[in-house]
Amino acid sequence: MSTVTDTPPTRRRDQHRPKLSDRARAERALGWKLAGPAFVIMLAVTAYPILQAVWLSFFRYRLTDPDSREFIFLSNYSVIFTDPLFYQALWNTVFITVVTVAVELVLGFAIAMLMHRIVLPRRTLRTIVLIPYSIITVVSAFAWLYSFRTDTGYVNGWLNTLTFGAWDASFDWFGSWLPAMGVIMISEIWKTTPFMSLLLLAGLAQIDGAMEEAAKVDGATFWQRLFKVVLPNMKAAIMVAVLFRTLDAFRIFDNVFVMTRGANNTETLSTLAYKQTIDRVEIGMGSALSVVLFLLVFAIALIFIRGFKVDLAGSK
Amino acid sequence: MDATPKQKWSLAAVSIPVMLWTLVPLFWIFSLAVKPQSIQADNKYFPREFSWENFQLITTGTASDLFNPALVNSIVVCLIATVISVVLATFCAYAIARLNFPGKKLILLVSLAVSFFPVISLVTPLFDLWRNIGLFDTIPGLVIPYLSLTLPLSIWVLSAFFQQIPWEMEQAAQVDGATSWQAFRRVIVPLAAPGVFTTALITFFTAWNDFVFAISLTSENARTVPAALAFFTGASQFEQPTGAISAAAVIVTIPVVILVLIFQKRIVAGLTSGAVKG
Repeated sequence: MSTVTDTPPTRRRDQHRPKLSDRARAERALGWKLAGPAFVIMLAVTAYPILQAVWLSFFRYRLTDPDSREFIFLSNYSVIFTDPLFYQALWNTVFITVVTVAVELVLGFAIAMLMHRIVLPRRTLRTIVLIPYSIITVVSAFAWLYSFRTDTGYVNGWLNTLTFGAWDASFDWFGSWLPAMGVIMISEIWKTTPFMSLLLLAGLAQIDGAMEEAAKVDGATFWQRLFKVVLPNMKAAIMVAVLFRTLDAFRIFDNVFVMTRGANNTETLSTLAYKQTIDRVEIGMGSALSVVLFLLVFAIALIFIRGFKVDLAGSK
Repeated sequence: MDATPKQKWSLAAVSIPVMLWTLVPLFWIFSLAVKPQSIQADNKYFPREFSWENFQLITTGTASDLFNPALVNSIVVCLIATVISVVLATFCAYAIARLNFPGKKLILLVSLAVSFFPVISLVTPLFDLWRNIGLFDTIPGLVIPYLSLTLPLSIWVLSAFFQQIPWEMEQAAQVDGATSWQAFRRVIVPLAAPGVFTTALITFFTAWNDFVFAISLTSENARTVPAALAFFTGASQFEQPTGAISAAAVIVTIPVVILVLIFQKRIVAGLTSGAVKG
């Protein structure tokens, strides 16, 4: 309480050195002391595999035939970019990403608002809504797979009843591209909307309730309050939620793998890379696909950070 | 904000379809788990008969050697990875959001790159390395790669949370004579706790959800639940072990629901008591 007097002399001394004050230097040191361990450990567990993947992508290298390993530089990449299978996988991945993230943002925000405001089954709602996120993606995929499959599923029966028999009760959801993609996306949305809601709810909860109250007193409608008060104040939370979900959706794997294994042109970039790496043990080609996937993801991230000004570093 | 009774009831009404959307697939898995093998493919949502045979199969029957250790492994691995990540990320995210030092943009960019590098391509080189240094099929052998999933995620989410914290309170504490460290510990940590808890949840579930690492870097000793589930599915190519998978899914869901209940109380309390309102 009384140590305030210590500060002015320090400031005066700093004026002679325009570059860095003691305080700024101490802040730098503290910054790296706090951030360093996390950063170093993160690098240690990933730098090696990442660099190795880049390196391996320059080789024709099959695990079953390691002796014929050969440096071919960018040949794997030229094969990828001339293969229609790659473009199908790319299109599927983009399609799934755009649809699921758009649906999840709206749905997730609505659920977050509901969770934020609800009075009565408040705790029950919050608990129930969060459950899908905590459920293993593979389990979600099986749940929806078994729901829609003709041998075990109930969905066709329900649709048949709802349409008074107009819906074909033996409709094969996994027999063609669009329905299969639809089921994949339903599982993805079901499983990951809570993640969106959780982040958005956290953003909502950080908003000063008095601001919204003031807008309300001044006669702002619900939509005005939403767009002028609530959303601008939780921009950071929204952008992070969308960024994370976009990048996560872009590497969709589990749902596709469990449901279709890429049948009927439902292959995504990750399942394509998996097939090359694990099924065909084409380590070089699999690594090249992984690098391409990573670069695409990296580009999306850059667009978000530069284009939409998602600035986690908090510099003003 | 006080809601009128009318608002109260309409919100309650809206919550019903939301809860149904969440619960229908959940109950479906439960339904499949309790359906005896004979009616597994009857296309009925509600089970006509109840049977514990699927649960017996995985807890004491032929699949128990696979399932029971996997459950323990999953809990241990995910808890260790979560604690390490969240503790490290709290310090890191504080520094990123609050302090001025060179390289913080780099840390965030690297976090992002690490966080979204396709897991499959991390697996191949790690598989090789782990076998050479004896970490293959061990708990640390899973925790370490899990950090590549959980640590960057924790840093990102926490940085976003910390950005929304009213930092003027820290400055106020410093004006009152607190050092940077005191201000961090006494003022910021309580303010940041809701974000940290939410992050812990997200981190745990991310680790819990992984199955690419689990299936690639373990064989028997450190196998986790998702890997074990994948093993069930591969048991027979023509006969889907629907009941066994569903029963296992129900069992792994129970501890998670308990976790959600425990954490949720603190999250709700923490998040709704906004720092500014104090």
